[in-house]
Amino acid sequence: MGEFKVHRVRFFDYMPTAIRAMAFNAHTERLALARMDGSVEIFNFTDHYFQEKVIPGKDSRSIESLCWVGGRLFSAGLNGEIAEYDLENLRPKYSLEAYGGPIWTIISNTQGTQLAIGCEDGTVKLFEVLEEHIQFERNLDRQKGRIISLSWHPSGTHIAAGMMDMIRVFDVPTGHAVQRLLVDRGFGGSKSRETVVWSVAFLSDHTVVSGDSAGKVQVWDGHTGTLVKTHLVTKWDVLALSVSKDESSVVAGTSEGTVIQFQFIAPTLHQQQDKEWVRTRTFKNHTHDVRALAEIETAIVSGGMDTHLVVRPLLEKFDEKSHASGLRKIHFPHVIANNINLSCAKKAGLLLFQFPGQLELWRLGDSDEHGKPGDRLPLKRKPEKLLLLKRKGEDHICCSALSSCGGWLAYSTVSSVRIYRLQTDNNNISITKVSKLPKALHSAHQLCFSSDSSKMFAASSQSSVLVIALTQSECKYVHTLKPKSGSRQPIHLMTTSGDGKWLAAANSDCEIHVYNLQKLKLHCIVPVYGSCPSAMGIHPTTNNMTVVHADQQVNTMPSPHIKQYTDWSRKLQKQGLHNVWLDRDTPVTHVTFNSKNPNQVVLHDMHMFCIIDQSLPLPDQKTQFYNQMTLRSLSEQERPSHLHAFKICKTFQDLLCVSLLDDQSLVVVERPLLAITSQLPAPVRQKKFAT
Amino acid sequence: MAALYEGFTLCGLVQTQNASDSPIQGIELDGDSDHAVVTDSTRSVTLYKVSDQKPLGSWTVKQGQLLTCPAVFNFQTKEYVVVSDNKVIRVWKDEDLNLDKAFKATVTADVWRVHSAPGGEPVVLFQRGAVRFLDSLLSAPQQPVEDVLSEEEVIRWSTNIVAEEQHFVLFTTEQKGECCLYVQRLNPNTLQKYRLEREDSGASPLSFSASLQDKHLNLLYLYPNGCVYQSVVAARGYVGLEGVQALPRSLRLMVPVGEGELGAASAVALDEAHVAVVGVPHPSARTGKDFLCIWNTNFQTLQAGKEMAGRIHGQVWCYLGKLFVSHGKALSVIPYECQKSSLASALGKLRHTGLAVSKSSVAVPSWNTLLHGDQPQGPTKIVETRKSKLSRKSQSAQALTVEQVLELIKTGPVDEVQREVEALVSRGDAQDLQLSVGQLACHLVARSQAETAFYTPVALAQLVQTQFLCHSVCPGLLLLSLEHKDYFLCQLCLQLFPDIPEVVTCACLKTFISVPDGDVEMVSLEPDSVSFMEGLVGARGGQQNGFSPPLFEEDSCDTNHQPKPPQDKKNHTLQLEACPVGLHKAVLLNEVLQTPYSDNFLLPHLKDLDTQQVILFLQYLQFVYLKYSQDVYTQTPGLRSPTMTQIIDWVCLLLDAHFTVLVMAPDAKGLLSNLQSFVKSQVKLFSELGKIESSLQELHKMKLSKDISQYSIEVIELF
Repeated sequence: MGEFKVHRVRFFDYMPTAIRAMAFNAHTERLALARMDGSVEIFNFTDHYFQEKVIPGKDSRSIESLCWVGGRLFSAGLNGEIAEYDLENLRPKYSLEAYGGPIWTIISNTQGTQLAIGCEDGTVKLFEVLEEHIQFERNLDRQKGRIISLSWHPSGTHIAAGMMDMIRVFDVPTGHAVQRLLVDRGFGGSKSRETVVWSVAFLSDHTVVSGDSAGKVQVWDGHTGTLVKTHLVTKWDVLALSVSKDESSVVAGTSEGTVIQFQFIAPTLHQQQDKEWVRTRTFKNHTHDVRALAEIETAIVSGGMDTHLVVRPLLEKFDEKSHASGLRKIHFPHVIANNINLSCAKKAGLLLFQFPGQLELWRLGDSDEHGKPGDRLPLKRKPEKLLLLKRKGEDHICCSALSSCGGWLAYSTVSSVRIYRLQTDNNNISITKVSKLPKALHSAHQLCFSSDSSKMFAASSQSSVLVIALTQSECKYVHTLKPKSGSRQPIHLMTTSGDGKWLAAANSDCEIHVYNLQKLKLHCIVPVYGSCPSAMGIHPTTNNMTVVHADQQVNTMPSPHIKQYTDWSRKLQKQGLHNVWLDRDTPVTHVTFNSKNPNQVVLHDMHMFCIIDQSLPLPDQKTQFYNQMTLRSLSEQERPSHLHAFKICKTFQDLLCVSLLDDQSLVVVERPLLAITSQLPAPVRQKKFAT
Repeated sequence: MAALYEGFTLCGLVQTQNASDSPIQGIELDGDSDHAVVTDSTRSVTLYKVSDQKPLGSWTVKQGQLLTCPAVFNFQTKEYVVVSDNKVIRVWKDEDLNLDKAFKATVTADVWRVHSAPGGEPVVLFQRGAVRFLDSLLSAPQQPVEDVLSEEEVIRWSTNIVAEEQHFVLFTTEQKGECCLYVQRLNPNTLQKYRLEREDSGASPLSFSASLQDKHLNLLYLYPNGCVYQSVVAARGYVGLEGVQALPRSLRLMVPVGEGELGAASAVALDEAHVAVVGVPHPSARTGKDFLCIWNTNFQTLQAGKEMAGRIHGQVWCYLGKLFVSHGKALSVIPYECQKSSLASALGKLRHTGLAVSKSSVAVPSWNTLLHGDQPQGPTKIVETRKSKLSRKSQSAQALTVEQVLELIKTGPVDEVQREVEALVSRGDAQDLQLSVGQLACHLVARSQAETAFYTPVALAQLVQTQFLCHSVCPGLLLLSLEHKDYFLCQLCLQLFPDIPEVVTCACLKTFISVPDGDVEMVSLEPDSVSFMEGLVGARGGQQNGFSPPLFEEDSCDTNHQPKPPQDKKNHTLQLEACPVGLHKAVLLNEVLQTPYSDNFLLPHLKDLDTQQVILFLQYLQFVYLKYSQDVYTQTPGLRSPTMTQIIDWVCLLLDAHFTVLVMAPDAKGLLSNLQSFVKSQVKLFSELGKIESSLQELHKMKLSKDISQYSIEVIELF
């Protein structure tokens, strides 16, 4: 295959923010996750935990709690507002001031007719869920002290509310508090500090489970208001609780980063009747506070200050070891990979990094030297940060694009799109904002430039794509490309062909539409595959399209009859991908091509990059899949018989972007997890001996 | 772990015309462990002194004659035996110079091999499968020799194994691609035939190796596709079974073969867990099949590898820690070492490492027997137990079975119970004991708990000493021994049980501390630990020639301590000299110190000790600490003794548990200030270590810093 010069980039200091809240929708199997910066992410648990959607954050928004009502998603936060999200346009639909001060929690009843929120001023407010809106209904009896946590009894008649030093049980029809459960304070020095009941759970047998800042998980009888059992699980706080659907298990997340499971079981084999809540397992997959938890059918999902989402399968729910029974850690939001734009037309490769609050434009370094494999070349020119562009307004940047000539730069928030003209001569760079934008262009889910930089494409609502013509002087609206399917889902991937003739756009319904840009109309729909596309690309010379899906399937389609698969792809489907390939747990996030060799496709996920050479035989299940080491040890003559199509390199880790430049050199962008960990605040201190 | 050491060339080899033949027929041991008898493929036998790489003697047959079997050494008569031209057996002594003048006997059939092993008579194996003792054959050379094998069956490999009283000749044959193993037992003579499972490819094994392990014959064989199989045959024959039996096999190892199949390769078992394979490719090296590798079959890991220059002939012999490999134009001797890997060594802090090797290997069943050992033995074992039952039945006139002893324990008088348990323990074999010891101990303890008068210290001690007991098997035992003040048994339990709960450890500690010295001194304890303590107490400071090592206060840089009255210091020194507890008491306390524990569980129970006990124990710990840190007493390796870390941990735990009380107690004041000085010296030590650590880390970083640069251009190669 040969040698490659690799630009190893580690200066993208992207920092994911902490996870604050989580809500799992068992019906659609979607997990909604809120981060500290106010962004909301939707994961599809039926499709390999693929991150389908991201609603960008906003400076003034802080989310404390999330709640699903049917397919609708609500959030509440310390800014005192309740918001409902438009999951098709990836933005808040509306937000509502609750007039109760900061809101700590939001829940819905099982029927999905009412919402309850817990406010700083001590009120529990009920809202009626209407077709398109929610409407204030009434307050329950106001209490002294803030309402931190709420849980609705499955029958809908009672609500348990966690407060400072106590738990209240409300009768919903009358609005009166019927029980007062006093929660003990911690021992020693913390005696003087109020206990915060961070989380409560109301079970159908009227058992109330609470987790508090004194490190206790307590089980109460909700009828009589008596304490049944106390489990002291940590010296620090118990921050989150989650109940399994059958109410046989409760998990608690603590500040030590542990998740502790309690199960409702009989302590001895003989007395099956007398069940009690017994502490059973402890999972330690986090280094910091576990702030959000969800116990789903077969796994425990947890997230917290250390920013990664952990899916910990419960092994007793699996009969055999399989792909699904492995521990899964999701370190980066997948879309972060889309936040890196590479412009490689000119010899000076430009890199555009997108942060929520700013864009950074870098120029890669350069070296004249040549070396043998394993060498590090001396730099002739260091990489250079050309530009730092801060966004305007409160909304975070949701997408950005850099044209391949390096002359145009665009970004979008949920409220506006901005386009800039870049001029670089030698070391001077000048940037001018394009002042007059067409009315139709008000926000975009994805942006992309045509390869000759004459057009810009913006993914808009209902899977439509706006075509904007760019000239030196102005930019003009040309056309709106609309899919025939009538899908309302947002577009999450978009790519154009090298000759400027084709545009492909993929949406969360797993549809990929190919548009003919000369005729400005829909050319065809790529055969729908059951898993969401995670990356796609069109080859610059042959126009063959390659799509990689969340389930790791790789499909290629010939041009222009994109309706069918290529022979190679059919062969691959017939033979099946190698198990090692299918068992990888991070999705492929970029597809690029070697313009010199139409057979070569470059793919990458977080842990490896792969060059697929379609001219070589496919590996069968018995072939050693990671065979680079073996090949290295073989002699020149023996090698050809051992080659197979997937050439995988694992030298680089925590990859965000891998791309092939025109001069056959590779650019890899790494974001070492260690660097992220080192920037986290110190975890809680654990005492040993008399220290 | 296993390692191959630097090898050396024993002798050069003459290349034969036929390149595929090995220039060596065989290597055998001599009476001297450093000698090797090398027989070449043509006419000569050479005796080498291995460590000097020097020939001591050489014997050659006449031109035209040919040696057809490797020479062996008859360990009983100190003579060498060799066969020439298939039928002529020659016997000669070391001092004989000419082989032609030596004793000769011509036999009626073609001989395949002569085998000899220490402790057994040499045997002659004929090509048609008959076996004779050498002596009886030589006394009547013309005796008729029967055919055992069928027409087209040929012997591929043979060996003999001599166990205590049993003598086996094993040989494998091949007929139309089918391989069979014959096990010939001698005295009484029985022959058993087993059919080896066929490999899918139809290939026959490249090499065999046999060994005797745990009363089972282990046959290890290597196929050209790199599979190493093991088959197990019970050493105690089951005579009743006739005919050919299928021999079950288990895959022990898959040696990566690279491309193609193995040509000249050979595998030999080094011990239960290690196999040496020669003529295979090294998985991480470049191409070529000329490596000698040691593999761990339990974990399927490559332990050591060595490239052998030149063509490998697929021959390897293993004698007394050395591997003999013929390759290219030389015969190399490569010393090796295999260490046992066991769960115990992985358990970390729990046991004294020095001890773990010697004792844990017995206490903890080896991986091998747990994981693999039992599987292939399935069918044989049943038969074996049936047989042992039979044999037990025949013995039962004198001795009682386990069930009977258990019955006896319930009612019988002390003396009789004691006697019968002893008899049972000394008689039973390991497999049976493992199960019955727990039952016996539980019954004994139950009876003792019910009747205070009933107590059998000797029998219990004997049961504990079998090392098949642990605390969880018989939870009452240790407390019972405490109750009866049977300190010897206590000590044994503390030493041998790996799983004593912290609450029991604490109960022991409490009893040991509060027992009056006089009571313990009379008790006989385990001599090793007593002698350790004697050594510790007896080492009276480092005052040779009046030298006294400086105390910690003196080199302390803390100014508060400098204006101390000198008298005080003198007192202090005196206090250090005497051991605060009696010798035997100290021995018992040491056992407690060495018991595994986890501090979270121990701490609450430590609070049960009263202040006087704590102070005494702390004084003792201080004494041991000072003895250790004065560096006068050097630890004797092999003796069971608490480590420095264990002592410090216990001091910390005690202080944690009782700090508030100790601060208030006036008689603990001096002690606490002394302990503070310990801490200070430890802190000082650690701060010094910390300094070193940080500078070492800095060195480490300097190397790494290149790696974590923000940007670099690198060259990689993909194939």
